[in-house]
Amino acid sequence: MLALQIMVDGFAISTLYALGAIGFSLIFGVSGVLNLSHGGIMVAAAVAAWFIAGPLGAGQYLGALGGVGIGVVVALVTYGVVVRPIQRSRAIPHDETEIFVLTGTLLWGIMIQEAIAYFFSDSPITVRPLISGVVDIAGVRTPANEILTAVICWISIVLLWLLVNRTAVGKRLLAASINPRGLTLLGFELSSVYLMVWVIYGVLAAIAGVLLATFLGTSSNNIGVLTASAFSIVVLGGLGSVSGSLIAAYIIGYLETATAYLLTPTLRTIPSLLLLVLVVYVRPQGLLGRR
Amino acid sequence: MNKNASPNTPQRRLRRGWRRGMITAASAAALGISAIPGAYAADPIRIGVIAENSAISGVAITNGAMMAADEINAAGGINGRKVEIIDYDDHNSATDAVRAFQRAATQDHVAAVVGSYMSEVALALEPWAARLRVPFITPGAASNEITRHVKEDYARNKYTFHGYLTSTAIADANCDFSHDVLVEKLGMKTTVLLSEDAAWTKPLDEESRKCLPKAGLQILDAMRVSPDTTDFTPIFNKIEGERPDVITTGISHVGVQPTVQWHSEQVPVPMSGISSQATTTTFWRDTNGATEGVIAQVVAAPDVAITPKTVPYAAAYFKRFGVSPAYTGYTADDDVHIIAEAVGRAGSDDADKIVAEMEKTDYVGTVGRIEFYGQDSEFPHAIKTGKDFVSGLMIQWQDGKQVTVWPEKIANGTLHFPPFIKLPQQHASAQ
Repeated sequence: MLALQIMVDGFAISTLYALGAIGFSLIFGVSGVLNLSHGGIMVAAAVAAWFIAGPLGAGQYLGALGGVGIGVVVALVTYGVVVRPIQRSRAIPHDETEIFVLTGTLLWGIMIQEAIAYFFSDSPITVRPLISGVVDIAGVRTPANEILTAVICWISIVLLWLLVNRTAVGKRLLAASINPRGLTLLGFELSSVYLMVWVIYGVLAAIAGVLLATFLGTSSNNIGVLTASAFSIVVLGGLGSVSGSLIAAYIIGYLETATAYLLTPTLRTIPSLLLLVLVVYVRPQGLLGRR
Repeated sequence: MNKNASPNTPQRRLRRGWRRGMITAASAAALGISAIPGAYAADPIRIGVIAENSAISGVAITNGAMMAADEINAAGGINGRKVEIIDYDDHNSATDAVRAFQRAATQDHVAAVVGSYMSEVALALEPWAARLRVPFITPGAASNEITRHVKEDYARNKYTFHGYLTSTAIADANCDFSHDVLVEKLGMKTTVLLSEDAAWTKPLDEESRKCLPKAGLQILDAMRVSPDTTDFTPIFNKIEGERPDVITTGISHVGVQPTVQWHSEQVPVPMSGISSQATTTTFWRDTNGATEGVIAQVVAAPDVAITPKTVPYAAAYFKRFGVSPAYTGYTADDDVHIIAEAVGRAGSDDADKIVAEMEKTDYVGTVGRIEFYGQDSEFPHAIKTGKDFVSGLMIQWQDGKQVTVWPEKIANGTLHFPPFIKLPQQHASAQ
């Protein structure tokens, strides 16, 4: 009974972690950017979904769609206003670009956090679930929305896989991650590839943000934690490896859930952080890392 | 703490934040007009307000204080002196709050400070009130430690007043309600305590452990959860396994998650007790209605005439800010009135004289009749509680509204739970 409970609960949360982290990993793989405003984009999407669905009275479906839309916009602004100018700047030495991108996105994340706190307060809110009611899975009372969340996440992940592996656009993304110079020599515009990957990233992060907020609620105060959790999943899975992130998300999701059930909810994140430290010692490239 | 003799300068009131800036600018302009040839020759009574402006319970302190100041000023001030609110955002950080307190005392020369709804922050300010000799009152913190310090070293800590119920008083009121309604009317016999791990819940749990069994509820388990907890599923599963009739809550900073997950997972046990966020009218919106059926303790409700001041005040507050006051919105209004009147009676801004006058307070505010316990009581400088003073009431969320369900003489509805709740006597929900 308890085992089943952990299976069911852990699955939903792990899948959400996976979706959140995959985009983060993808963008690092393709363009070498570690986006530390990741949590900010997720929360911006969630707050927009809440605001459109609730106070604006558009209902939960339009709210969720609008939230994803705003998430993509914020992701593109992040790219256009923060990341791209730093990458193109002549004033910044080439080998320091990554540090500047890291700092820039970190500060941008804080700006998003402060802006949300200013306009919407930092009180936690919750996005209206897409469907209500509970389903009984062999005695485990599971909210129907939790099941839907897992389904949507997996559809998104499968679509992403198809996009990357079965379409021309996806092949360009892969090529950019393996050898950007080669891609430019073949006559492809690298900037349009980057733009594409930021759009995909925006969609993934926004969906994860909105769904997480229907499940656990959201607040501008969560931004740091969300970024950190995506970061640790990606490090565990191996920087830039999408399938590594997927596996790592399930490991961390289940480790957390099992801790919460078997030990105490207060210690929830501790074992996964210990695991992370261990991985950094023993296998610094992560589970499926290639660098 | 002598004030400098410079005339009122509206510029200093323009503080960070354009929204607040607009309001202060507007009132400063109004003040400027009325201050032409000697209408108010005297210096204003400056009152510092330290609160977290991005939290519902925090901004209500600032708003409530401004409401009080405007009311006093519209009536001509105190002895011809206007009340001026100088507000500081502490971002819910004790460090920021202490810095603001120092600035209020040494640079802005306030007569007194109203500050914070967080016990941790109020406790950090208390020694500074003593050191800088500035009267300080907290409109929202609950920890018993605040008045314990006054008790232990009165001469030093007498500058601190506790303008809200102590955790012990909160627990006692909740026990009275539990006895009158949950036990007597609904036949409940058992409960599990669910409290967040914070300074204010330690004395709360301690008192609940004593008074709940006396009220007729056996405590099966007591859980203390980290305020950072995001997923309450394991906690609710554990509680449900213990089969209590009710969950007695002690939550304030933990957010919407417990309420939302209680609803979305359809935990069949009612939640009743202290849930600070459930006291604000935005909580329905913030939780998308998940708070339906939640019972929470409040010091005042917008539609309950605890005193003749409560209902008109809540209406005026709603008109001005678009939301009903959080609990601190009521107490902060009362606290500013209490300070202003004490300054008026003292006839000076001398801290010791103000403290002496505040101790003599007998003020009918929005939350009840307010007097402070004396030096010899268990909780010196805490507001008196009980039928004739501040008693608090219990509300239940029903269809987007807070319905007052206790005490009986002011109740405007009876308990009604969502369908997924299983009561010990199923028919009781229909009463």
